[in-house]
Amino acid sequence: MITLTPKNEFRFPIIAECINPDIFYGKTPKEIEELGIWEGNKQKKLGELFKVEETKMENPEGKEIITINGNVSKVRRIGAGMKSGEIIVHGDVGMHLGEEMKGGKIIVHGNVGGWAGSMMKGGTIEIHGNVGDYLGAPYRGSSEGMRGGKIFVYGNVGNEAGAYMKNGLIKIYGNAGQFLGLRMRDGTIYVQKDSGGRVGACMKGGKIVIGGFLEFVLPTFTIESIKEKVKIEEGETVAGPFYLFLGDLVENGEGKLYVLKEKNPHLSHYERLL
Amino acid sequence: MELLIRNGFVYDPINGVDGEKMDIAVKDGKIVERVNERKAKKIDASGMIVMPGGVDIHCHIAGSEVNSGRLLRPEDHFRDFERKTAVTRSGVGYSIPSTFTTGYRYSRMGYTTIMNPSMPPLEAKHTHEELSDTPMVDKASYPLLGDWWFTLEYLRDGKIEECARHVAWMITSTKGYAIKIVNPGGLEAWGFGGNVKSLDDQIPYFCITPREILRGLCKVNRLLNLPHTIHVHTNNLGKPGNYLTALETMKCVEDLASDNKPAIHITHCQFSAFKGSDWRTLESGAEEIANYVNAHSHVTLDMGQVIFTDTTTMTADGPFQYTLYELSGNKWVNHDVETETSAGIVPFHYRRKSYVHAIQWSIGLELALLIKDPWKIFLTTDHPNGGPFTSYPKIIAWLMSRKAREAALKRINPRARSRSLLPSINRELSFKEIAVMTRAGQAKALGLKNKGHLGLGANADIAIYNLNPETIDPSRKFRTVRKAFKRAAYTIKNGKIVVKNGEIVKHLEGATMWLDVKVSESAKITEDMRRRFREYWTVECENYPVTENYLEVSHPINVEAKV
Repeated sequence: MITLTPKNEFRFPIIAECINPDIFYGKTPKEIEELGIWEGNKQKKLGELFKVEETKMENPEGKEIITINGNVSKVRRIGAGMKSGEIIVHGDVGMHLGEEMKGGKIIVHGNVGGWAGSMMKGGTIEIHGNVGDYLGAPYRGSSEGMRGGKIFVYGNVGNEAGAYMKNGLIKIYGNAGQFLGLRMRDGTIYVQKDSGGRVGACMKGGKIVIGGFLEFVLPTFTIESIKEKVKIEEGETVAGPFYLFLGDLVENGEGKLYVLKEKNPHLSHYERLL
Repeated sequence: MELLIRNGFVYDPINGVDGEKMDIAVKDGKIVERVNERKAKKIDASGMIVMPGGVDIHCHIAGSEVNSGRLLRPEDHFRDFERKTAVTRSGVGYSIPSTFTTGYRYSRMGYTTIMNPSMPPLEAKHTHEELSDTPMVDKASYPLLGDWWFTLEYLRDGKIEECARHVAWMITSTKGYAIKIVNPGGLEAWGFGGNVKSLDDQIPYFCITPREILRGLCKVNRLLNLPHTIHVHTNNLGKPGNYLTALETMKCVEDLASDNKPAIHITHCQFSAFKGSDWRTLESGAEEIANYVNAHSHVTLDMGQVIFTDTTTMTADGPFQYTLYELSGNKWVNHDVETETSAGIVPFHYRRKSYVHAIQWSIGLELALLIKDPWKIFLTTDHPNGGPFTSYPKIIAWLMSRKAREAALKRINPRARSRSLLPSINRELSFKEIAVMTRAGQAKALGLKNKGHLGLGANADIAIYNLNPETIDPSRKFRTVRKAFKRAAYTIKNGKIVVKNGEIVKHLEGATMWLDVKVSESAKITEDMRRRFREYWTVECENYPVTENYLEVSHPINVEAKV
């Protein structure tokens, strides 16, 4: 297990794609210290900014575990493209955490910046804190959203979470911002608490479940029925009853939007359309 | 500076040199008979191919349309970027590279002259500013005149000579090089939400048909003695069954050709060679077009080859781009350039497994292989519409090797594979034919007298590729061919070595070529024209022309018109 500790507080953005279990695997702490990272516009070595310590422990599957202790909220692209292993962070993390990750696990005990799990293809991200905007969304302009994997957030998330999502699961145990599941095509998003407006705008498929208050449903969604329970993933269902809306009709979409009936009495006028 | 290229296998089709071992001498940017051997810098090209610098007749590399494409596609750039070096500036790719990167990438492939088609006259200043920032290559631009109000009016009234004078004024004041016609009539109709479906459809408010525009501008082209023919993007482009329109377009100017000279250039012909009644029954119309072109001498074509990749389509053909948006559902731009023309941009991914895309891929290669005379068909991808220009080496490999084509065929949509004509074509092009399709033929069609060949007095634009035609069999070693054409061993521009082993070693500004058309009686800027500029354009007539100081390196070409 490798433990990284920031040597002092960072003033400039740091791009550190090398903090990745696949890259660390099989390397000695000395070699890890030599890996290149960018601080602002200066090329630096990992060892100049982080203290690298190795703790001998049994790695039965031959996977590397990286622990980061401290505030790395200015450090971007941690775990980008990782395929296996584990990263555990005790502190806040910067943008692009686990961008395009294909496997493995990232656990954060703190808050995370924008674009966490962006363009993710597999693996798991667990965040015990709040997350910025564009959770699991693609790079600016791209339409390649999340294609697999799971993201669990125990705090709140910002806007446009799960935009262009094609597969996978995002579970948010707090509140979500606006435009949740924008242009989503498939996959599942579950929000346990409240969500901002314009949920599922331009969605073509997939499933969004809101377990809290939703101010309004977009007028381009039509009510389908009332469901007693909703399946989130294999072996997990949430009890309702839920209003089921279909949309977004602007895009001829067949996405499903479930909104908890109990928390949303102001949507009861939809019932007479059933 | 003197330069001597020794012992290369020279391919110079215009001067009838086909792979002979010879020396090429260069002095002050020109090819000369001999140089002082002791003083001259020598390049040992033994075991290498020496060709004239590449010429690209059709690639969208500058202008407001290309720039909107750049803005539209941040995701296109972020995976493909180039750091600055001691010589070059930084930039991004992929399908719409930034201006500097465009120049560098062309130069690395041994290209030295490129033509930017489709410049809306109103955006001429913008286009020229971008062209000035495109280094390493000489370039020129074609103004869009097929749907220009004044042209339409002159042609409607049958005033060919007045029209010619007006076109001369337009070409000179936009600093253009040829007459570009995009979907004649269709763009004007698109202003009213419509399109034209055949060569004999009337255009709203102008009482004129695409046929009359094509014939009229073809006559104008001859009256003005322009070096290139009219450069035509056909009606109905990208619609199943449009090969008939393409044939009709070629036929409609058949009688206007003389002296066996071409009268029309059909650009990105692949997009105009679809047979079938809808996308499901789409087939290749390459055979019919090839048969026609083989039997006639008044047509030149370029391929518009499709590459299986993620690219950005952009044309002045607004209605076609709208169709493409409806097909793909991608983000898009559609623009009506005031009274002049339209434009559209849609990102597009050509997929191997898609039946339509695979057929399109096949059509481009079929055209190039079925047309017997390489002087009539040129290698392009209609960059970036069919794919980025950086894939030219791939196409060269496909054209030179049946094995390469079979390897690609194995991976495409099975239904498209069974319908493709490619398995039945055994032809493999030689290095000479490739030299014609990528430089000599294009230079000849463009009327560039000092380019595309290595004769005495020609510009010293030379590409040297690390390939030995005596030892290598391109039909089997197609990967080596592809690699060699991707990174030229040397590119020489204006007698200076600018690329060595695929890396830029010298930054050089290329010239912008434009036609200074001399007419006996210059076009009248009537009060009516001024009034209309004031009423309908955002730019006053006086501010409209591009002045020469807009061009970083200006290279006017004098043309004596017959009117």
